[in-house]
Amino acid sequence: MIAGTNTIYIDGQEIPFTPGQTVMDAALAASVYIPHLCHYPGLPPSGNCRLCMVETGGRNVAACIAQAAAGQEIRNNTPELNAARMAITQMLFVEGNHICPSCEKTGNCKLQAMAYHLGMLDQHFSQFYQHRDIDASHPDIALDRSRCILCDLCVRASRDIDRKNVFAIAGRGIDAHLIVNSASGKLADTPIAATDLAATICPVGAILIKEQGYRVPIGQRIYDRRTICETGLQEHIAQQRRDQ
Amino acid sequence: METREHLLHRLQAIQRQFRHIPPQAMQQAATDYQLPLSQVAAVVAFYSFFSTQPRGRFDILFSNCTSCGYLVEGENLLQILCRQLQTVPGKTRADDLVSIDETSCIGMCDHGASMLVNGIPITGLNLEKLARIAQRVTDAIPVQHWPVEWFAIVDTVHRRDLLLAKHPVPGSALRQAFSQGAGETLAIIRRSGLRGRGGAGFDTGKKWQLSRDTSGNTRYVVCNADEGEPGTFKDRLLLHEYAEELFEGMTLCAFIIGATQGFIYLRGEYRYLLPQLQSALKRRRSRGLLGARILKQRNFDFDIAIVVGAGAYICGEESALIESLEGKPGIPRIRPPFPVTHGYLGQPTVVNNVETFIAAAHITVHGADWFKAAGTTASAGTKILSVSGDCGKPGIYEYPFGVTIRQVLDDCAAVAAQAVQIGGPSGALLGPAAFDRTLAFDDVSTGGSVLVFGQQHDLLTIHRNFARFFAHESCGFCTPCRVGTQLLQNTLDNIAAGRGATADIEELQQLGKIVQRQSHCGLGHTAANHVLDSLRQFPQVFPNRMRSPFTARFDLDQALASTRRITRQNDAAAHLDQHK
Repeated sequence: MIAGTNTIYIDGQEIPFTPGQTVMDAALAASVYIPHLCHYPGLPPSGNCRLCMVETGGRNVAACIAQAAAGQEIRNNTPELNAARMAITQMLFVEGNHICPSCEKTGNCKLQAMAYHLGMLDQHFSQFYQHRDIDASHPDIALDRSRCILCDLCVRASRDIDRKNVFAIAGRGIDAHLIVNSASGKLADTPIAATDLAATICPVGAILIKEQGYRVPIGQRIYDRRTICETGLQEHIAQQRRDQ
Repeated sequence: METREHLLHRLQAIQRQFRHIPPQAMQQAATDYQLPLSQVAAVVAFYSFFSTQPRGRFDILFSNCTSCGYLVEGENLLQILCRQLQTVPGKTRADDLVSIDETSCIGMCDHGASMLVNGIPITGLNLEKLARIAQRVTDAIPVQHWPVEWFAIVDTVHRRDLLLAKHPVPGSALRQAFSQGAGETLAIIRRSGLRGRGGAGFDTGKKWQLSRDTSGNTRYVVCNADEGEPGTFKDRLLLHEYAEELFEGMTLCAFIIGATQGFIYLRGEYRYLLPQLQSALKRRRSRGLLGARILKQRNFDFDIAIVVGAGAYICGEESALIESLEGKPGIPRIRPPFPVTHGYLGQPTVVNNVETFIAAAHITVHGADWFKAAGTTASAGTKILSVSGDCGKPGIYEYPFGVTIRQVLDDCAAVAAQAVQIGGPSGALLGPAAFDRTLAFDDVSTGGSVLVFGQQHDLLTIHRNFARFFAHESCGFCTPCRVGTQLLQNTLDNIAAGRGATADIEELQQLGKIVQRQSHCGLGHTAANHVLDSLRQFPQVFPNRMRSPFTARFDLDQALASTRRITRQNDAAAHLDQHK
């Protein structure tokens, strides 16, 4: 069979795309999972987490920002790429202060789910133990920067969907951190609401809604029931908004 | 054209006036520029030369480069000055008199240890000069009353070729271009084989052609004068003595692509060059070489504005530079689209190195064959090198492409070099076995930095310096670079402290590959080169420090430091006896 001109190949599998789509868009549409943390269909891609790195033409590109091109041969689910993905996940674990057993997000956390998906058994690198500020000023929303992975999802959600521009990332290198767009720098002084996409899109336990801790018992949470490669194929901002 | 002051300039003025950026000034800037406060705060946090805590009235920043850094013959000049002025690095003295810290390479590598005092460079530091500086700071003598000769920066050119031998008559390239037309001028540039001098080597004529062929309302010409690669200082010479040719080359590019506005993005460390660059621009305007109807051409208006950076190596990456021009943190964009089609304000933008524009001006005057006669087939013309480190004649050398490393080392009087770093920390580390290789785009490519390391130099110290540089300069956008550069630094520091295990060799290899292959931009792609090069060529550098196959990766006593801080107990009982 001769493939159409608008076809890419991911690990040998033929995948159609429409011009303008990224490799990630085409893969998700064809139910092919490429690991990702900072990407959420419906929001503009960022390309910062680097979990979705795939190999094409001898180099590695981030699937969420690379344009699909006719005939492109892409390697995705390979031992080398998955090893790199695990190292990157371990980097995120040691950079922040992640406390899975006592984190309210456990079972609903994408970082944790990614670690399970990749078969991560330890953090490998030495922990950075960075001091990071907590913001508990808002009546309904808590911000614990210790668990932030700088994925920029809340920044984009607040800017592009909520239209409130509550968050930004500031600082360079390992000093990069989430900041809040108010004179006091506190969440309480922003228009953010618990129903905003920015308040609920956090893949980890950095932004938590207050007063609902453990409403869903551990064992019955998202990734207790399904794997991240299943849920990752079905996410879309429009769906997320309906669920709210 | 924008008439409002650039956001970076506003913030620089505030920093100078208040010695920091106070919250209300950020708020005011956000209001005036109609930006979210968080964007102004992100800009302030991104650039090294802005601070949110007051710096001293004498704000001293030592360069920490291997060539113009503060470690000189076993002495730590930064620590010495701190002791003399009774202060500690990174903290402003209680009476606000002085703050002392370090900064990435300030481009004074041919002048030995150097510092910026309130933004102005002082070179050739030694113990005697340091004592005199300390005295003046103590006596609170304003910097403008310090000896004038301390601030003189002499450019030493040891070899001149196509670009440095003679200055073309100002306006001659433009006259030539106007008489033969934009199309023919571009054809000549293309025929010359000119490639970008920043190091990446993209075909300059092709870049200009692409921009010319792209539809867009406005086009921009941008000169990348943000030479932040440690060991590079050739643009310092070019901006100082060859600015006419630079402006001419930019104007030429504008004529070819149809731009009316140009920018020079000048690194903050070279702010001292700003007044003379401004007056040179003014002189060109008065001669009809810039501004409206250049040389009475009816349809050609073009002017150049200078934007001064604020201490961020990443802004040498062209899309980060454009972000910075737009008043944002310098985070590299997603590419494609490339600046040539979607650059400044989303418009077609040509970004070239200082040297590239100068070469284009010369090519227009002298022709493509004149240029191609020098260099090699794939690398036409000459390359201007900044040579520093362990050599008798540091300075500027212009060679035809294809020159061997050995030739350069001989000419600069380097005796028995154990290694050279070509292209700065992001380039290639090469040992004697590679000294017969040539400098060319298809062999060893360089933006101009040549760092020579003699036998007395400990390579592990060099690696730690480079690793620290990248960790400090990583923009923090992507995980492998943000965390990986820090992990590389930590691993090398551990090895140097005698806490490395043989497994760390494999660790460096793996980590290096991840940073190199998975990062978002050129900074990450090249940040581990020096370590990977060394593992191949100098494998003994790392295991030499290792005591056994297994060593604890952390210092147990050091790990208790935070406990001691919290409990406010620091007596013998709060320490482990490591020797038991």
